Amino acid sequence: MSANPFSLWVYLSQSPLLWLTVTLLVYATTDALSLVTHRHPLANPVLHSIWIIGAFLMLTGTSYTTYFGGAQFVHFLLGPATVALAVPLYENRKVVAAAILPMLAALVVGSVTAVVSVVLLAEAVGLPRAVVLSLAPKSVTAGVAMGISESLHADPSLTAVAVVLTGIMGAIIVTPLMNRIGITDFRARGFAVGIAAHGIGTARAFQVDAVAGVFAGIAMSLNALVTSLLVPLAVTLLVR
Amino acid sequence: MIASLSLILLCQLAGEVIVRGLGLPMPGPVVGLLFLLLLLLARDRFVALARGPLQQDGVENASRGLLAHLSLLFVPAGVGVVQKLDLVAEHGIAVAVVLAISVVVTLLVTVATFLVASRLMSRGRSAP
Repeated sequence: MSANPFSLWVYLSQSPLLWLTVTLLVYATTDALSLVTHRHPLANPVLHSIWIIGAFLMLTGTSYTTYFGGAQFVHFLLGPATVALAVPLYENRKVVAAAILPMLAALVVGSVTAVVSVVLLAEAVGLPRAVVLSLAPKSVTAGVAMGISESLHADPSLTAVAVVLTGIMGAIIVTPLMNRIGITDFRARGFAVGIAAHGIGTARAFQVDAVAGVFAGIAMSLNALVTSLLVPLAVTLLVR
Repeated sequence: MIASLSLILLCQLAGEVIVRGLGLPMPGPVVGLLFLLLLLLARDRFVALARGPLQQDGVENASRGLLAHLSLLFVPAGVGVVQKLDLVAEHGIAVAVVLAISVVVTLLVTVATFLVASRLMSRGRSAP
């Protein structure tokens, strides 16, 4: 046993091991709780992991940089996971080919709506230019959005927060919203949440319905392509 | 497993090289996605390609494993909110409202477009 428990804490709190363990452990717990509540929208594992880990960092006075030293191993996988989206796209190529026209129409209209609505609303409420630029790519998956934000000389870390917040909101709201307006086509429901709320929405769609999940995954990968071309254009046209 | 992960990383690496090399305005992993998709389609056409991770569902299983816990991967970036607490205090409510409205509008517009286009298509088909 260490003579001084404080020196053990000082050692551990600087090591990647502790923060990687905390990230996985908290997520595993919140995911198990989400399962217990039969995947209730408000029991979203990402939402609850973030505030629990955030509160823990603040209570222990740990900087985000130190935390990220451990969590970066998880964060790094966002890139390979984007590449991996090729597989659901490939496996469902027949379903995709059959619904190609509605998907392309919804893709174009949806991507444009996602970018234009956030830029116009953010300008209307008078947010500073740097914030508006950082919010613009919020509907695509984090790795891609941060890349777009970087190329616009915006703030990628703010973009990451906006992306995650958007994903959580989309995942929470999609099921009650679609049930309320009576949409029963799970291809359309899945596709919409993939466009609006990327990976977190896709994870939610897979919980609700397998077909919805597949269409959400497709929407998310196609949206990554379209939005990376669209955001620089929209920003030039819309941001003063 | 290792070969499959290597193939995924290789696609991403090739994507990064092309994007940086040609100065394309899109992220490397998206080009990597296209490479992997083309590779899988090419494998079905040319038997010679079906080896290593491109056989027996190798790269498919590795990808499914990565995508099974997709939402976990967003946690480290989301915790970054602790760095932005001054911004949250200043603009937090405005940002949250803007994002929430934009999400709802995007969901409704996308789902409506999909359904309308799908209905127009089936009507076009059944019409003589």
